[in-house]
This record gives sequence, C-alpha cells and structure tokens, in this order.
Amino acid sequence: MKIAYEISHLLAGIMLVASFALLYQQRVGAVINAFAAQSITLALAVAWAAWSEHRPDLFITAAIAFGLKGVVIPLALRRTVERLGIHREVEKVVGVGVALVVGLALIGLSQALVVKVTQRTMGLGRDELALALAIVLLGFLMMIVRRNAVTQVVGFMSMENGLILAATGARGMPLVVEVSVAFSVLIALFVFAVFVFRIRERFDTIDIEALDRMRGDRR
Amino acid sequence: MTRDLIVQFLAQGAQMFLVLLLAPLAVGVTRRVKARLTRRQGAPLIQGYLDIAKLLRKESVLAESASWLFRTAPYLIFALTWVAAALVPSFASGLMFNWAADVVALVALLGAARALLALAGMDVGTSFGGIGSSREMMIATLAEPAMMLIVLTLAIAAGTTRLAGVADHFIAEPLAVRVSLALSLGALVIVALAENARIPVDNPVTHLELTMVHEAMVLEYSGRHLALIEAASMLKLTLYLSLLICLFAPFGMAPASAGLVGWTVGLVAWTAKLLLGAALLGVWEVSIAKMRVFRLPDFVGVAFVFAFIAILLAYLSGGDIG
Amino acid sequence: MPALYASGAALAVLAGAAGLAILTRGALRLVYPLAILAALVLGAVDLHVLLTGVVLTDSLPIGLPTIGLRLRLDSLSAFFGVVINGGVLAASVYSLGLDHEKDLTPRVEPLFPLFAAAMNLVLLADDAYGFLFSWELMSLSSWALVVARHTDPESRRASHLYLVMAVIGTTALLFAFGGLAGPAGGYSFDTIRAHAAQPAIAALVLAAALIGCGSKGGLIPLHAWLPLAHPAAPSHVSALMSGVMTKVAIYGFVRIAFDLLGPPAWWWALPPIVLGAITAVLGLLYAVLDRDLKRVLAYSTIENVGLIFVALGLALAFRANGFAQAAAVALTAALLHVLNHSWFKSLLFLGAGAVLHATGRRDLDGLGGLIRTMPRTAIFFLVGALAISALPPLNGFVSEWLLFQSVLAGPMLPQASLRFAVPAIGAMLALAAALAAACFVRVYGTAFLGRPRTVEAARAHDVPLAQQVAMGALALLCILGGLLGAPLASVLAPLVRTFSGGMLPASGSGPTPFSLVAFDSARSVYDAAVIALFVAIASLVTLVVVHRVSERRTRRGPAWDCGFPDPSPVTQYTASSFAQPLRRVYGTVAFSARETVTMPPPGDRGTARLQVSLVDYLWRVFYAAPGGAVLRLAERLNMLQFLTIRRYLVLMFAALVILLSIAAVTT
Repeated sequence: MKIAYEISHLLAGIMLVASFALLYQQRVGAVINAFAAQSITLALAVAWAAWSEHRPDLFITAAIAFGLKGVVIPLALRRTVERLGIHREVEKVVGVGVALVVGLALIGLSQALVVKVTQRTMGLGRDELALALAIVLLGFLMMIVRRNAVTQVVGFMSMENGLILAATGARGMPLVVEVSVAFSVLIALFVFAVFVFRIRERFDTIDIEALDRMRGDRR
Repeated sequence: MTRDLIVQFLAQGAQMFLVLLLAPLAVGVTRRVKARLTRRQGAPLIQGYLDIAKLLRKESVLAESASWLFRTAPYLIFALTWVAAALVPSFASGLMFNWAADVVALVALLGAARALLALAGMDVGTSFGGIGSSREMMIATLAEPAMMLIVLTLAIAAGTTRLAGVADHFIAEPLAVRVSLALSLGALVIVALAENARIPVDNPVTHLELTMVHEAMVLEYSGRHLALIEAASMLKLTLYLSLLICLFAPFGMAPASAGLVGWTVGLVAWTAKLLLGAALLGVWEVSIAKMRVFRLPDFVGVAFVFAFIAILLAYLSGGDIG
Repeated sequence: MPALYASGAALAVLAGAAGLAILTRGALRLVYPLAILAALVLGAVDLHVLLTGVVLTDSLPIGLPTIGLRLRLDSLSAFFGVVINGGVLAASVYSLGLDHEKDLTPRVEPLFPLFAAAMNLVLLADDAYGFLFSWELMSLSSWALVVARHTDPESRRASHLYLVMAVIGTTALLFAFGGLAGPAGGYSFDTIRAHAAQPAIAALVLAAALIGCGSKGGLIPLHAWLPLAHPAAPSHVSALMSGVMTKVAIYGFVRIAFDLLGPPAWWWALPPIVLGAITAVLGLLYAVLDRDLKRVLAYSTIENVGLIFVALGLALAFRANGFAQAAAVALTAALLHVLNHSWFKSLLFLGAGAVLHATGRRDLDGLGGLIRTMPRTAIFFLVGALAISALPPLNGFVSEWLLFQSVLAGPMLPQASLRFAVPAIGAMLALAAALAAACFVRVYGTAFLGRPRTVEAARAHDVPLAQQVAMGALALLCILGGLLGAPLASVLAPLVRTFSGGMLPASGSGPTPFSLVAFDSARSVYDAAVIALFVAIASLVTLVVVHRVSERRTRRGPAWDCGFPDPSPVTQYTASSFAQPLRRVYGTVAFSARETVTMPPPGDRGTARLQVSLVDYLWRVFYAAPGGAVLRLAERLNMLQFLTIRRYLVLMFAALVILLSIAAVTT
C-alpha cells in the first residue's frame, strides 16, 4: 500500500511542478505545453488511483482527462494562437520571482490548512489533498498575474486539474459529476474561444490591459 | 364649629381685600419717597387710588384692529394677579384656602398673567406692542427660571411646597445665615425688580421706545382696561414685597390658629413691613440708573446664577439647609 | 377574549380601508369614517383594560416559526392605546372636513389607516419580531405619507433623512432586542421578562433602546429629521406623527427600560435625564428662532419629548434607589405628559392645518389677524398654546407640576452624580417652561393677533365644521385635563404602581376631590379646580364691579401707537422681530447668531438689508460630518465598480487566501 501511496504522491508532486512551470513560462506556446503536461500527469495519477484502489470508474475520468485536457484542448489552443496571431510573449504583472515566492507561500498555506482541517483523520490522502489545494491556488494565482487571455484560460483549467485531483482522493466521485464537469469545461473553453476570436476581430489585440482601456467610464 | 369656619372664611376674604386695598398705597409710598429724595414735593400718598378712579371714569378707546382678546385680557390679568397675591401669606399663615396653590403654582399663575399681557400687546398690531411683548418675554425667560429655582430652594429648606408651610418654617426657625438662603434673597430681589418693571430693568414712568418694556405692551389701553392693568401691576409689586417679607422677614406673622388679637398684630406688622419695603424700593430707584435693554440679560442672569448655586447647594447638602 | 377580538376586528377594518382605498378612488372618502369607527372600538377596548386592569393575551400562528405572533394588552399598552386612538380619532374627524375632490389622493388616504393600525400593533406586540415588524410598518407608512408631495424638494429631503434615521433607529432596536433575548434566543417578551440581563448587556440594551426609541421621538442628537418630516406631511398626519407616533417611541422605551430589563440600576437614569433636559432646552431654542408655523410645532414636540424622558429618567433613578413614591410621582408626570402632549400638540397641528387650509401659507410672517377672520380656530389654538406653555389651570401645568415635585424629591437620592445632575436639570426645566411660553406667545401673537400681513391672511375664512369639532373637542380635553388632573392620576395609579412600585395618595386624600397630591397633603397640593374657581370668581367680581363703577362706553378709533399710527401692516412686529431679543441672548451662544446690516449710503434710496445667520452645530457634528465621511468612503469604494477583470480576480483571490489563512490559524 505504501508504494501506491508513494506513486500517487509523486504524480501529484509532478503536477505541482507543472503549475510552477506555468507560472514562470515566458511564451504562450510553452505555457500550453506545460498545461498539457500537467493534464497528462493528472490522467496518470487518476489512472493509478483507479488501479491501486480498484475503482474502475476512475479510468474513465483518466481517459477524459488525458483526451480532452491533455490533447484536444492544448491543440485547439495552439491553433487559436496561430490563427489569431496572438502575442507569443506573455505579459506579466509581477515578476517571475515574486510570483514564485507567492506560489511557495500558497503551498505553505494549503499545507497548514489541510493539517488543521484533517486533524482527526489520519488518511493517507492528506498530503495529496494539500497538494491539490495548492494546485488550485496556483492556478488562480496564474490567472491574476498574467495579462494574456489565453493564459487566463489555461490558469482556469489548471484549477480544474487541481480540483479533479482532490476529488480522486475523496471516496467515490461519481462519474456523472465528472462528465458534467468535463462538459462545463468544454463549454467554458468554447465560450472563451469565441470571445477571444471576437475581441481579436474588433480590437486587434487580446491583451486585457489594452482592452480595458477601451472600456467606457473607467475610473 | 360653624362660627370658627365663618371666622376663617372672613379672615381669608380679608386677606384678599387687604392686598387689593394696600397695593396702591405701597406704590404711592414708593413714588413719594422717590420724589422727596429728588427734592420734589411729590404726589399725595393716595395718588394711586386717585389714578385708578380717574381711569375708571374715562371712556375706553379701542383700536380698530383690537380683538376680543384685547378686551378680556385686562380682567383675566387682574384676576390672576389678584388670586396670586391673595395666596401669599400676609398677616397670618395657614388661612382657609392656603393649600390651593403652592409656590410652583404661584410662579405659574404669574406666568399666565404675563403671557396674557404679552398677547394683548401683540393684539393691536403696532410695533410698540411687539417691542414690549418681545422684550418682556425675553426677560421672563431669565426671570421665571430664577424665580422657580428660588422657590424650589426654599421648598427644599422647608420640606414642603405649600406657601403657608414655607412661611411657618421660616417663622419657626429664625433666618439662620446660610449661603443658600442669602443667595436666594439676592436673587429674589433682582427677580422682583425685573418682574415689576422697576429700575434698573424698566422705568415705570417712561414712554421712550428705547427703554420701554411693560409700558409698551399696555400702550394701547385706556379707560377701565388701563385701570385694571395698572391695578394688576400694583398688586404684583405688593405680591413680591409680601413674598420677600413672608420668606425672609416673617416675624410678627400670626399662625393660623391665632385669634383676632394675633391677627391684628400680624396685620400691623405686615403693613409696616410692606410700606417699609416700598420706601426702600423708592430709595433704590433713585440711587441707580436704568440699564440698557441688552444689559438686562446679564443682570437678570445674575439672579439665575445665584438661584442655581443656591439650589445646587441645597441638593448637595441633601436638603438639610434650613 | 372577546375584547381582544374586537381590537383585532378594528385593525382588520383599518387594513381593509387601506386596501380599498388603494384599489378604488371612490373608496377614498370611506377611509376616515372607517378610521373613526376603528379608533372608537380600539379606544374602548383600551379604556376597558386600563380601568379594569385585566391583561388580555393571544397568539397568532404567523411570524416567527417558533413563537408566532404574540399579542398582549396590559394596562401600559392600554394607556398608550388610549392616547393613540384618541389622536387618530381627532385626526380622522378633522379629515372629514377635507374636500373630497381636491384634498383626497391615493397617495395619502390609503396610508393613513395603515399608519394607525401599525401604531396599535406596536402596542399589542408581545414578542420582539411582532414589535419590530409593526415598528417598521409604522415608520414606512409615515415615511410614505411624508413623501406624498414628492414634487416638493423640501418633502424629498425630509423623507430621505427620515428614512435614514428610521433605519438607524430600527437597527438599534434590533440590537436591543437581541441583547434582551440573549444567546438562548428567546424573543417573546414573557421569556425575556423571566430572566434578567447581566449588567453589561443591560447597559448596551439601554443605550440601544435610547437610540432606537429616542430617534423616533426626537431626542437630541437624533432629532434632525423631525422638524423636516413632520411639517412636510399633510396636517392631520403631522398631528398624528407629532402627537402620537412620538408616544409610541416613548412606549417602546418604557416597555424596555421599565418592564423587559428588570430591576433598574441607578446610573440608567443619567442618560435619559441629561439627554432629555438638553433636548428640552435646545428644542425650544430652535423653535423660538424658526419662522415656519409647523416647524415651530415640530421643535416644540422635541422639547416635550425631552421633558418626558427627563421624567422617565427620574422615575428610574428613584425606583433604583427604592423610593417608590417618588418614582410614582415621576412616572405619573411622564404618563400624564404623554397624554396631555398628545392632546395639545394634535390640537396645535390641526390648527396649523386649518390655517394652511384657509390661507395657503405656513410662514408666520405671512399671517396675522386670523383671530378676526378665523375666530373659532383662534380660540382653540389659543387654548392649545396656553396649555403647551404649562399655564394653569390647563392640562400642561398638571404634568409640569408633578415633574417639578419629582425634581424636588431629588435631594434624597444618595448618588452624588444624580444629586449634582438633578438641580441642573431642574434649572433647565424651568428655562424650558419659560421659553415655551415665549415661543407660543410669539407664534400666537404673530399668526393670529395683529393685522394681516398678506392678502391671503386677510382673505382667510374659518374652516369646515368637522375640523372645528375636532379642534374644539381637543381644546375641551385640554381644559378638562387641567381641571381633572387628580382623577386622571388616580386612574393611572394601578398602572404606575406596577411599573414603579409606589403610588400617589388616593384621589380623596386632599382637601377636595380635585386636589392633586404628590407626596402627602401637608407637603404639596395643587388644586386646579379651586384655583380656576377663584380666578373665575375674581374675574366675575371684577367685571361686575368695574362695569357698575366705571364708564361703560367704548369707542373705536385708530391705534394710538404713540401718535404715529402707520396704516401699513408691515410695520408691526414679525416673527423674527419678536425673536430678536431671544436671538441676541441665546442665539449668540447656541447658534453663533450674527446679524449683519447693510445700509445704503445717505441719499441713496435703495433698501437696507438685515441678514441673520445661524449655525446649526448639532447638524454639523452629528449629521453633516458623519454623512460626509460616509460619502467619501463610498466614493472611494465606488472604484470597485470599475475594476478590470484581472483586478476582480485579484480581489477574489485575496479573499480566498485570507479566508483560508484564517481557517488555518484559528482554533
């Protein structure tokens, strides 16, 4: 049992590293790649949990994660970036160093919180829960420290990855929930894409700072 | 028993008419003293009676804009002042109807008379009436609270608000020198001057708008109405003198149960003190000049301050000042 | 309990009248007759409870899920019910005289019965939810009545301020009831009465109750809405708001401080005494300097509410120290003043409404001479003005006398701060009494006496019969209330004993059945009937003698005016001229009153100008400053509306991280 736990812990750790990678990447392409890597790792982690804990339904989750988030969505994003001629550079609000430091603080926070909350349960999944929470927070952090609309989408979806990771640790996440979550992600992506396309059409840029300047009655 | 009751009733009635009878004499004494001190012959002592009789004989001229209030006010003012004056113990305390009004009600009765007079002043719609009424009410806002505080202080000292009770208390305990009572005396003198429109507050013989207060309010009255108002102001002066005597120099006043002899002694004592007080008033009026109207708040305010300190001391010592 | 059902039916009638009036225009004219009927029924039930001393309770299964709506009519509620329904009755009778076509509108009429019903419900409520619900209903319906003339900027401003103050008041009461209910959450009054609150909680509850009820009553510094809102409403509604709604506020305070909080501590008395005295004096200083008839009356309401709070504070002080009879005197003074004030203030407001109706003017400087053009209104208003100035033998003096008697009992209080405060309060009360007389001499003299200053005043006519009947009945009540003060006090005696522990000597213990005895007949007696009799006899005797002795002829002529009669009514004193000595004496201190005169140079025939400026410091400190601070804060926070998407995300992220940190750190 210990080995199973070790491997899932390892996979969660790799996901976390991918989150960090998302934070410090300079180019959009690299960001998408890091996201793809994170999603594939997620798929592996879920599959491992399915195999080691004998929960076959999780295989479907893994497959969806791999297919949608590991392959389809990164490809779609790449295509969007090419077609729209989006800036290949990611505009930053704060420097890489600051973002990484904040990321580390968030990891500490999630660790402290999970320890506090799960005091009475000595579940093996505790560390994984902490890592999953950290991944969620880092995804959020990415949404706010990067100015590119594509990176916002990616940040949002890495939050999703963290949530799914946390959910696998919990007892029995039903398939229906996963499917509906997946569909909502798809629709969100679709909406994002449409918006990005439209915005690009009208304003020649999807830099949100630039977009914001064109908004009326700004204070 | 019935005979006793009748005697009591007559005594009370006698007091009522006594104050009425002696009021013009008191005013006459004041005027005579003032005249003599300024080296004039002066009017005879009975001039007050003669003035009222003369006014009663004259026709009353009313302004076209005067209303029923103007016509009825003098009667009410006179009646209120007369009742108030009759309630202050003069030659005897504890007469038959002494319980009807206490010190608070006395102050309020005088206030009612003043309010009616001020309203009558506003009635004709001339500027003089307005001058008189507004200044009178301004002085009243300072004098009446001072008066109220004075009577409350004395009531605390005597342990009762009944006038007869206060008088009895001060007969029984001769006026010990207490700060509260001394301050009350000073305040009451100032208030009496203010309420009776005497120098330095107001000049009863002037008709200049710069200086009038009381005279301005009654400018439009004539004939019998003016007679009543004049009588009322004389009664008011008698009331204040009587109050000062009753509270601060009550020796000679007979207790209720005294018979005819006691009452006669009280009567003589009271009359003498009344006329002495009127004479002193005359001396005072000659010695001092009238103040500007807007210095009056300071002057009457002094009374208020004295009265307030007096009552404060009375409270802080737990009511034990008499 | 059939009696309570009768009340319920009357309330339903009121609600029905309100509903009907909203739906059909024709039903508008039914509103006031129905209101009269309902007020009579409710008043009868209240009188029954007050005289017999029964306590009626009931509960309805609406409202809070655990308790429902509990209703209770005890003698305190019944007494205030008599006050309220009397006011509603007078206002409704008055409104029968309104012109159906011109004056009745769907903006006002439907809300009137709702307002009346809400006030009655506040009295009946026996749990916190019912109380607050009815209180809010009362506030909102009166607010809607204030804002009825919404095209008038004064009404809009008044209604805005009123709404803000009403919300503040209700929030304070919410805290008060929360404190009373305690952590167990027992909101019904029976549960609250059963266990007394701890001293710290009791202090907070008292403060909150003082804020909540004081703001509705007009206690300084929560008073600023009253002089704006009361005049803005239609006159019969102003009469209800000033004469009756403020009494509901007093009821709330009495209920909380005397009933729900349990045995009082001595220092509870200090805030109501001090605030009440300041309110009394300042209210009149405002009144004396104001030039609008209805606003003067509103400020005078503030003064009277201050007096009532002083009396209540004294009752608390005496009760806390165990002096039951002194507490009874003070409480009787407070309750009688509640009754008296509702009568004469309603009378004065209805009179002001009559004046407004007849002349279309509310400014004192536009009136004058109305005693000839509106003779009956003038008589009734005179009675009201004399009554409110606390002149014997009218009813205002009865409660004033009792109040002074309770002040006189002050030296027996052991606590030093109370012994220092009470004489100061006594001085302020005396000042307030004198200022009230000055104020109302000014109002009556300017508006009714003298010569008409404008065309409208000259063309005034007296008002319809219904309005005269209403005013006349109230004037008669003022006179009777003055003469029958002692019997009234003895009717209140059981109620007073319940809440103060003592009672006045019984009605017959004085020399006559009409003597009002405060402590015992050797100490203090006031006999209004005898004094009135004396004055009447003296007047009659004088009249007879004078007419026998003197020249009876009278002649009309022009005014003497020292030989310079001026035909123009402009030369007579105006309201501001009358106030000028008072402004100089008091205004320079309280309001930094300044007069500037600009005279044209000699030879120039232009007009001279007199400009008076007054600074309202209370407004600046308690309203303008916090209001400005809130607005500035809101301006800053307004930037939150215009953030970029990323900044919103930052906000969300920050909130999330902070919450997680708190969860991580706290135990």
